Amino acid sequence: MTKLMEWLLGLSLIGILWSIVTFDLLDLRISDQYLQVAWPLPIYLLVTFGCYSLAVVGYRVATFNDCEAAAKELQEQIQDAKRDLQKKGLHF
Amino acid sequence: MASQKMKTPKDSDKYSVLLPTYNERENLPLIVWLLVKYFSESGNKYEIIIIDDGSPDGTQDIAEHLQKIYGSDIIMDTILSASLLLGTAYIHGMQHASGNFIIIMDADLSHHPKFIPQFIRKQKESGYDIVSGTRYSGIGGVYGWDLRRKLISRGANFITQVLLRPGTSDLTGSFRLYKKEVLQKLIEKCVSKGYVFQMEMIVRAKQLGYSVGEVPISFVDRVYGESKLGGNEIVSFLKGLMTLFATT
Repeated sequence: MTKLMEWLLGLSLIGILWSIVTFDLLDLRISDQYLQVAWPLPIYLLVTFGCYSLAVVGYRVATFNDCEAAAKELQEQIQDAKRDLQKKGLHF
Repeated sequence: MASQKMKTPKDSDKYSVLLPTYNERENLPLIVWLLVKYFSESGNKYEIIIIDDGSPDGTQDIAEHLQKIYGSDIIMDTILSASLLLGTAYIHGMQHASGNFIIIMDADLSHHPKFIPQFIRKQKESGYDIVSGTRYSGIGGVYGWDLRRKLISRGANFITQVLLRPGTSDLTGSFRLYKKEVLQKLIEKCVSKGYVFQMEMIVRAKQLGYSVGEVPISFVDRVYGESKLGGNEIVSFLKGLMTLFATT
Protein backbone atom coordinates (compact mmCIF):
# COMPACT_ATOMS: atom_id res chain seq x y z
CA MET A 1 0.00 0.00 0.00
CA THR A 2 1.38 3.39 -0.93
CA LYS A 3 1.67 6.22 1.58
CA LEU A 4 -1.05 8.04 -0.32
CA MET A 5 -3.46 5.10 0.17
CA GLU A 6 -2.58 4.91 3.87
CA TRP A 7 -3.40 8.58 4.27
CA LEU A 8 -6.67 8.31 2.35
CA LEU A 9 -7.68 5.29 4.41
CA GLY A 10 -6.84 7.03 7.68
CA LEU A 11 -8.62 10.24 6.72
CA SER A 12 -11.75 8.44 5.53
CA LEU A 13 -11.90 6.41 8.76
CA ILE A 14 -11.76 9.62 10.78
CA GLY A 15 -14.29 11.19 8.42
CA ILE A 16 -16.72 8.31 8.82
CA LEU A 17 -16.44 8.29 12.61
CA TRP A 18 -16.92 12.03 12.69
CA SER A 19 -20.01 11.87 10.44
CA ILE A 20 -21.54 9.10 12.51
CA VAL A 21 -21.28 11.17 15.65
CA THR A 22 -22.02 14.60 14.21
CA PHE A 23 -25.00 13.61 12.07
CA ASP A 24 -26.01 10.77 14.39
CA LEU A 25 -26.18 8.34 11.48
CA LEU A 26 -26.61 5.25 13.66
CA ASP A 27 -29.30 6.87 15.81
CA LEU A 28 -27.13 6.64 18.93
CA ARG A 29 -28.94 9.56 20.60
CA ILE A 30 -25.72 11.30 21.51
CA SER A 31 -26.30 14.09 23.97
CA ASP A 32 -25.98 17.70 22.86
CA GLN A 33 -23.03 18.17 25.16
CA TYR A 34 -20.91 15.73 23.14
CA LEU A 35 -22.18 17.02 19.82
CA GLN A 36 -20.98 20.49 20.69
CA VAL A 37 -17.50 19.07 21.06
CA ALA A 38 -17.70 16.66 18.14
CA TRP A 39 -18.69 18.79 15.19
CA PRO A 40 -15.73 21.24 15.26
CA LEU A 41 -13.25 18.50 16.14
CA PRO A 42 -11.62 18.27 12.67
CA ILE A 43 -10.84 21.98 12.80
CA TYR A 44 -9.39 21.62 16.31
CA LEU A 45 -7.24 18.77 15.11
CA LEU A 46 -6.04 20.74 12.12
CA VAL A 47 -5.17 23.79 14.22
CA THR A 48 -3.43 21.61 16.82
CA PHE A 49 -1.39 19.87 14.15
CA GLY A 50 -0.49 23.21 12.58
CA CYS A 51 0.70 24.57 15.93
CA TYR A 52 2.65 21.39 16.62
CA SER A 53 4.32 21.61 13.20
CA LEU A 54 5.29 25.24 13.68
CA ALA A 55 6.67 24.51 17.12
CA VAL A 56 8.70 21.53 15.95
CA VAL A 57 10.14 23.25 12.89
CA GLY A 58 10.83 26.42 14.90
CA TYR A 59 12.60 24.48 17.61
CA ARG A 60 14.67 22.52 15.09
CA VAL A 61 15.69 25.66 13.20
CA ALA A 62 16.68 27.32 16.48
CA THR A 63 18.72 24.32 17.61
CA PHE A 64 20.28 23.51 14.23
CA ASN A 65 23.97 23.09 15.08
CA ASP A 66 26.32 25.63 13.56
CA CYS A 67 29.48 23.65 12.98
CA GLU A 68 31.96 26.49 13.46
CA ALA A 69 34.67 24.15 14.71
CA ALA A 70 34.27 21.84 11.73
CA ALA A 71 34.58 24.75 9.31
CA LYS A 72 37.72 25.97 11.07
CA GLU A 73 39.27 22.51 11.10
CA LEU A 74 38.55 22.15 7.38
CA GLN A 75 40.21 25.47 6.59
CA GLU A 76 43.33 24.41 8.47
CA GLN A 77 43.39 21.07 6.71
CA ILE A 78 43.00 22.78 3.34
CA GLN A 79 46.16 24.77 4.06
CA ASP A 80 48.00 21.58 5.08
CA ALA A 81 46.76 19.81 1.96
CA LYS A 82 47.84 22.62 -0.32
CA ARG A 83 51.34 22.73 1.19
CA ASP A 84 51.71 18.97 0.94
CA LEU A 85 50.34 18.73 -2.60
CA GLN A 86 52.62 21.52 -3.77
CA LYS A 87 55.57 19.57 -2.38
CA LYS A 88 54.33 16.61 -4.41
CA GLY A 89 54.32 18.72 -7.55
CA LEU A 90 50.69 19.72 -7.92
CA HIS A 91 50.19 23.42 -8.55
CA PHE A 92 46.91 25.12 -7.98
CA MET B 1 45.83 -10.18 20.83
CA ALA B 2 42.69 -8.13 20.82
CA SER B 3 44.67 -4.91 20.66
CA GLN B 4 46.66 -6.21 17.73
CA LYS B 5 43.48 -6.85 15.82
CA MET B 6 42.40 -3.28 16.47
CA LYS B 7 45.55 -1.86 14.96
CA THR B 8 45.65 -3.91 11.81
CA PRO B 9 42.22 -4.60 10.38
CA LYS B 10 42.64 -7.86 8.52
CA ASP B 11 39.18 -7.80 7.02
CA SER B 12 38.84 -8.17 3.30
CA ASP B 13 36.35 -5.32 2.97
CA LYS B 14 37.25 -2.72 0.41
CA TYR B 15 35.66 0.68 0.05
CA SER B 16 35.22 2.36 -3.32
CA VAL B 17 34.61 6.09 -3.01
CA LEU B 18 32.64 7.53 -5.92
CA LEU B 19 33.28 11.21 -6.56
CA PRO B 20 31.10 12.70 -9.29
CA THR B 21 32.68 15.99 -10.39
CA TYR B 22 31.82 18.93 -12.57
CA ASN B 23 34.23 21.87 -12.50
CA GLU B 24 35.90 20.90 -9.23
CA ARG B 25 39.56 21.59 -10.06
CA GLU B 26 39.95 23.58 -6.83
CA ASN B 27 38.32 21.04 -4.56
CA LEU B 28 39.31 17.74 -6.12
CA PRO B 29 42.96 17.62 -4.94
CA LEU B 30 41.88 18.63 -1.45
CA ILE B 31 39.15 16.01 -1.11
CA VAL B 32 41.48 13.32 -2.48
CA TRP B 33 44.22 14.38 -0.04
CA LEU B 34 41.79 14.15 2.86
CA LEU B 35 40.47 10.77 1.71
CA VAL B 36 43.98 9.37 1.47
CA LYS B 37 44.82 10.80 4.90
CA TYR B 38 41.85 9.25 6.70
CA PHE B 39 41.98 5.91 4.91
CA SER B 40 45.70 5.60 5.63
CA GLU B 41 44.98 6.27 9.29
CA SER B 42 42.11 3.80 9.54
CA GLY B 43 43.93 1.13 7.52
CA ASN B 44 40.90 0.11 5.49
CA LYS B 45 41.37 -0.90 1.88
CA TYR B 46 40.03 1.73 -0.50
CA GLU B 47 39.99 3.24 -3.94
CA ILE B 48 38.81 6.61 -5.22
CA ILE B 49 36.84 6.74 -8.43
CA ILE B 50 36.52 10.16 -10.01
CA ILE B 51 33.64 10.41 -12.43
CA ASP B 52 33.97 13.65 -14.33
CA ASP B 53 31.08 14.89 -16.38
CA GLY B 54 33.20 16.57 -19.06
CA SER B 55 34.27 19.58 -16.98
CA PRO B 56 35.67 22.38 -19.13
CA ASP B 57 37.82 23.76 -16.29
CA GLY B 58 40.55 21.13 -16.38
CA THR B 59 39.28 18.90 -13.58
CA GLN B 60 40.45 15.91 -15.61
CA ASP B 61 44.01 17.19 -15.86
CA ILE B 62 44.04 17.58 -12.11
CA ALA B 63 42.67 14.06 -11.71
CA GLU B 64 45.40 12.64 -13.94
CA HIS B 65 48.00 14.50 -11.93
CA LEU B 66 46.58 13.03 -8.73
CA GLN B 67 46.81 9.57 -10.27
CA LYS B 68 50.52 10.18 -10.79
CA ILE B 69 50.93 11.18 -7.15
CA TYR B 70 48.77 8.54 -5.51
CA GLY B 71 48.93 5.71 -8.02
CA SER B 72 46.41 3.04 -8.74
CA ASP B 73 44.21 3.82 -5.74
CA ILE B 74 42.78 6.55 -7.89
CA ILE B 75 40.71 5.72 -10.93
CA MET B 76 39.60 8.25 -13.51
CA ASP B 77 36.43 7.93 -15.49
CA THR B 78 34.91 10.43 -17.87
CA ILE B 79 31.32 10.56 -18.93
CA LEU B 80 29.53 12.97 -21.15
CA SER B 81 25.97 12.77 -20.00
CA ALA B 82 23.54 15.50 -20.81
CA SER B 83 20.99 13.62 -18.77
CA LEU B 84 21.91 15.22 -15.42
CA LEU B 85 21.06 11.92 -13.78
CA LEU B 86 23.29 11.31 -10.80
CA GLY B 87 22.44 7.65 -11.14
CA THR B 88 24.21 7.60 -14.51
CA ALA B 89 27.41 8.82 -12.88
CA TYR B 90 27.15 6.17 -10.16
CA ILE B 91 26.50 3.38 -12.66
CA HIS B 92 29.55 4.49 -14.63
CA GLY B 93 31.70 4.68 -11.54
CA MET B 94 30.60 1.32 -10.21
CA GLN B 95 31.80 -0.42 -13.35
CA HIS B 96 35.32 0.39 -12.16
CA ALA B 97 34.67 -0.39 -8.51
CA SER B 98 36.46 -3.38 -7.06
CA GLY B 99 35.27 -2.76 -3.50
CA ASN B 100 32.38 -4.59 -1.87
CA PHE B 101 31.24 -1.30 -0.34
CA ILE B 102 30.57 1.95 -2.16
CA ILE B 103 30.80 5.36 -0.53
CA ILE B 104 29.17 8.25 -2.30
CA MET B 105 29.90 11.82 -1.36
CA ASP B 106 30.16 15.28 -2.86
CA ALA B 107 33.56 16.41 -4.08
CA ASP B 108 33.02 20.01 -2.97
CA LEU B 109 34.35 19.50 0.60
CA SER B 110 30.91 19.81 2.19
CA HIS B 111 31.27 16.15 3.18
CA HIS B 112 34.34 15.54 5.31
CA PRO B 113 36.21 12.22 4.90
CA LYS B 114 36.85 12.14 8.66
CA PHE B 115 33.38 10.63 9.04
CA ILE B 116 34.12 7.64 6.81
CA PRO B 117 35.82 5.57 9.54
CA GLN B 118 32.70 6.18 11.65
CA PHE B 119 30.49 5.03 8.77
CA ILE B 120 32.55 1.85 8.49
CA ARG B 121 32.38 1.17 12.23
CA LYS B 122 28.64 1.78 12.21
CA GLN B 123 28.18 -0.60 9.29
CA LYS B 124 30.16 -3.37 10.99
CA GLU B 125 28.27 -2.84 14.26
CA SER B 126 25.01 -4.27 12.91
CA GLY B 127 25.79 -5.30 9.36
CA TYR B 128 23.76 -2.42 7.93
CA ASP B 129 23.02 -2.40 4.20
CA ILE B 130 23.34 1.38 4.15
CA VAL B 131 24.90 3.92 6.48
CA SER B 132 23.70 7.45 5.92
CA GLY B 133 25.24 10.65 7.20
CA THR B 134 22.72 12.89 8.94
CA ARG B 135 22.78 16.63 9.50
CA TYR B 136 19.60 16.51 11.52
CA SER B 137 20.33 14.42 14.58
CA GLY B 138 22.81 14.15 17.41
CA ILE B 139 25.89 16.29 16.93
CA GLY B 140 25.13 16.65 13.22
CA GLY B 141 24.76 20.11 11.77
CA VAL B 142 25.61 22.59 9.07
CA TYR B 143 27.94 25.51 8.52
CA GLY B 144 27.35 28.49 6.28
CA TRP B 145 23.56 28.38 6.13
CA ASP B 146 21.47 31.45 6.83
CA LEU B 147 18.11 31.39 8.60
CA ARG B 148 16.17 31.08 5.34
CA ARG B 149 18.16 28.07 4.25
CA LYS B 150 17.79 26.40 7.64
CA LEU B 151 14.07 27.04 7.67
CA ILE B 152 13.54 25.59 4.21
CA SER B 153 15.70 22.59 5.04
CA ARG B 154 14.00 21.84 8.36
CA GLY B 155 10.55 22.55 6.92
CA ALA B 156 11.09 20.27 3.93
CA ASN B 157 12.47 17.57 6.19
CA PHE B 158 9.46 17.83 8.53
CA ILE B 159 6.93 17.59 5.70
CA THR B 160 8.78 14.59 4.30
CA GLN B 161 8.89 12.88 7.70
CA VAL B 162 5.14 13.39 8.13
CA LEU B 163 4.16 12.21 4.67
CA LEU B 164 6.59 9.34 4.11
CA ARG B 165 7.58 8.21 7.65
CA PRO B 166 10.88 6.91 6.29
CA GLY B 167 12.52 6.06 9.60
CA THR B 168 15.68 7.99 8.77
CA SER B 169 16.38 11.58 9.74
CA ASP B 170 18.28 12.87 6.70
CA LEU B 171 16.72 12.01 3.36
CA THR B 172 18.29 14.52 1.01
CA GLY B 173 21.87 14.11 2.20
CA SER B 174 24.22 12.43 -0.23
CA PHE B 175 27.01 11.23 2.06
CA ARG B 176 26.36 7.51 2.36
CA LEU B 177 27.93 4.08 2.43
CA TYR B 178 26.22 1.25 0.57
CA LYS B 179 26.81 -2.42 0.12
CA LYS B 180 27.67 -2.62 -3.54
CA GLU B 181 24.86 -4.95 -4.55
CA VAL B 182 22.36 -2.84 -2.63
CA LEU B 183 23.40 0.33 -4.44
CA GLN B 184 23.21 -1.46 -7.79
CA LYS B 185 19.70 -2.63 -7.08
CA LEU B 186 18.55 0.78 -5.85
CA ILE B 187 19.93 2.66 -8.83
CA GLU B 188 17.93 0.41 -11.12
CA LYS B 189 14.78 1.48 -9.32
CA CYS B 190 15.43 5.19 -8.88
CA VAL B 191 14.69 7.69 -11.62
CA SER B 192 14.58 11.09 -9.91
CA LYS B 193 17.02 13.95 -10.34
CA GLY B 194 18.86 16.23 -7.95
CA TYR B 195 17.86 16.30 -4.28
CA VAL B 196 15.00 13.94 -4.90
CA PHE B 197 17.34 11.21 -6.14
CA GLN B 198 18.94 10.84 -2.70
CA MET B 199 15.53 10.85 -1.08
CA GLU B 200 14.18 8.25 -3.46
CA MET B 201 17.21 6.02 -2.82
CA ILE B 202 16.65 5.93 0.92
CA VAL B 203 12.86 5.65 0.73
CA ARG B 204 13.02 2.78 -1.74
CA ALA B 205 15.72 1.14 0.35
CA LYS B 206 13.37 1.12 3.33
CA GLN B 207 10.56 -0.17 1.12
CA LEU B 208 12.75 -3.06 -0.02
CA GLY B 209 13.56 -3.88 3.58
CA TYR B 210 17.20 -2.81 3.64
CA SER B 211 18.59 -1.72 7.00
CA VAL B 212 19.85 1.84 7.37
CA GLY B 213 22.21 3.11 10.07
CA GLU B 214 22.92 6.77 10.69
CA VAL B 215 26.01 8.77 11.63
CA PRO B 216 25.73 12.46 12.54
CA ILE B 217 27.86 14.62 10.24
CA SER B 218 28.75 18.28 10.02
CA PHE B 219 27.96 19.67 6.62
CA VAL B 220 30.22 22.58 5.69
CA ASP B 221 28.67 24.34 2.73
CA ARG B 222 30.79 24.84 -0.36
CA VAL B 223 34.10 26.50 0.36
CA TYR B 224 34.75 27.27 -3.29
CA GLY B 225 32.01 27.92 -5.78
CA GLU B 226 28.35 28.68 -5.38
CA SER B 227 25.78 26.69 -3.48
CA LYS B 228 22.33 26.81 -4.90
CA LEU B 229 18.84 26.61 -3.48
CA GLY B 230 16.37 28.56 -5.56
CA GLY B 231 12.71 28.38 -6.39
CA ASN B 232 13.33 25.75 -9.05
CA GLU B 233 14.95 23.38 -6.56
CA ILE B 234 12.06 23.80 -4.14
CA VAL B 235 9.43 23.14 -6.81
CA SER B 236 11.21 20.05 -8.11
CA PHE B 237 11.66 18.82 -4.53
CA LEU B 238 7.93 19.12 -3.87
CA LYS B 239 7.11 17.36 -7.15
CA GLY B 240 9.47 14.55 -6.25
CA LEU B 241 8.01 14.29 -2.77
CA MET B 242 4.49 13.96 -4.19
CA THR B 243 5.67 11.30 -6.64
CA LEU B 244 7.18 9.27 -3.82
CA PHE B 245 4.08 9.85 -1.71
CA ALA B 246 1.90 8.35 -4.41
CA THR B 247 4.21 5.52 -5.46
CA THR B 248 5.90 4.12 -2.36
